[in-house]
Amino acid sequence: MAGKTVAEKILSAHAGCAARPGDLVVCDVDFLMLHDVFAHLAMDGFRKMGGTRVFDPDRVAIIFDHSSPAPNRKTANIHALTRTFAKEQGVRFHEAGEGVCHQLMVEKGYAKAGDLILGTDSHTCTYGAVGALATGIGATDAAVTLLTGQQWLRVPPTVRIEFTGALQPMCLAKDAILAAIGRLGVGGASYRAIEFHGDWLAGAPLADRMTVGNMAVEMGAKCGITIFDGMKIAPDPDAAYESTVRIDLDSLAPAVAFPHMVDEVKPVSEAKNIPVQQGVIGSCTNGRIEDFRIAADILRGKSVKGRLLVMPASNAVLGQMADEGVLAVLLAAGAVLCTPGCGVCCGTIGGVPADGERVIATTNRNFRGRMGNNQAEVYLASPATVAASMLTGVISDPRDLL
Amino acid sequence: MTGKCLKYGDNISTDMLIAGRYTKTTDINEMLEHVMEDLDERYREKIAGGGFIVAGDNFGCGSSKEQAAMVAKASGALGVVAKSFARIFYRNAVNIGLPVIECDTSGISDGDVLSYDVGEAEIRNLTTGVAIPVLPLPANMQAILNAGGVVNYINRHGKLPRGG
Repeated sequence: MAGKTVAEKILSAHAGCAARPGDLVVCDVDFLMLHDVFAHLAMDGFRKMGGTRVFDPDRVAIIFDHSSPAPNRKTANIHALTRTFAKEQGVRFHEAGEGVCHQLMVEKGYAKAGDLILGTDSHTCTYGAVGALATGIGATDAAVTLLTGQQWLRVPPTVRIEFTGALQPMCLAKDAILAAIGRLGVGGASYRAIEFHGDWLAGAPLADRMTVGNMAVEMGAKCGITIFDGMKIAPDPDAAYESTVRIDLDSLAPAVAFPHMVDEVKPVSEAKNIPVQQGVIGSCTNGRIEDFRIAADILRGKSVKGRLLVMPASNAVLGQMADEGVLAVLLAAGAVLCTPGCGVCCGTIGGVPADGERVIATTNRNFRGRMGNNQAEVYLASPATVAASMLTGVISDPRDLL
Repeated sequence: MTGKCLKYGDNISTDMLIAGRYTKTTDINEMLEHVMEDLDERYREKIAGGGFIVAGDNFGCGSSKEQAAMVAKASGALGVVAKSFARIFYRNAVNIGLPVIECDTSGISDGDVLSYDVGEAEIRNLTTGVAIPVLPLPANMQAILNAGGVVNYINRHGKLPRGG
């Protein structure tokens, strides 16, 4: 019998049986994450099913990041209800401004290797970066887990994406994952687990692994697990994969995902000289200190053309930016600081572009209307590409700065 | 269930069904005013009275927002018929009792009248006379849909249906 992939091992362990792709299993869940847009819906479902106490308050976190701080009265009142519930239940709670849920889940150690983690957000797959099986679910599924501590899941086949070679100067983790999405397409790994392999990734910092794992869902995947040195639950050498895709980093150029689909990925040379009015550096995809250091190196002593919004993934990242002088460099260049959170990425609070404007962003999604205006266009890129583009006011190749 | 179909293409995202900026409210009627507005301004009037949303591949991709399924159901959609579904939307739809029907939709045109009841092996296109085989739902999802959603199921049975 063939060995197991990471997803098969984790699901087997949590279902208490040998789980093979295609099996439907009921699993014990290690951790459940809810954020401010969906927590109240989950609470409603929980109560409708007769719930009074959540299955284990230490294994539930409610995090305010999407419409935070509250932009209007309605949201504020929803927040108030959710805060009350969090307090009554004694679950882990993180207030508006602490950061994006996915960043906090990793920073606080809620996401651990080998865990099965569910979250009411499609980018829950981010924690594949620590070797967890983490996947997004809807509010009603979350209500079921709040009540029972369990969830049913279909065991996915695993697609192996192998990054060969090494990243070239000014090419970053974001370019690698965009290349993978461009190759597979937005539905190319639908229902699959992805394992991301390769020497580069095996020794890459956690920040890079989070960038990669974060965007697995943009290929339709259930989860995206990065394979790294010393990981607790590793794939068996004879694990069976549905398919293998190789992305060669040696020949990779900085990438841009054109509007309005994440898989419209082209080399930056095909985007050169497209005027952009707004840049965004931040989010759960690229909002860590490593990303802001790169941007600061490019922008030091210069001024941006257009509006640059910086959105640290957490207030801990923001604190580090301040300590290292990175924040001062970015502000001096003309950057505008936004609340650590999700707002700019999904158009819920601040940074909405005007009709006909183009935004270049380090975020993870560019569907029409994503940032709050369906008459604007969003291009996705790495922090280096965004920073380089903010120097000129047009989409620019960061390698031209070398 | 019988209704006319509204035909769309591939990769219809949950942001298309309801943009993120409208999910700040708990009021479904407010969200209904904006359902599908970035894709089809006439969606609301077309679906009124009951119809099927028909699409290509990867319906419901993108964000996990359950409001997408909720607002589709509240708008009068009898179900969503598509070549393939994104997984979070698929689960959300079943959990709230919105039928999801996976089949080859290439022979279905906008305005065709379709007929289907949950659990049937085929969906009938009454306009063309063609019956299209439907990929069966896994038994546990069928049980949830038959109960009208997972909240009803759990209230009736006290726990999730078994795996298989």
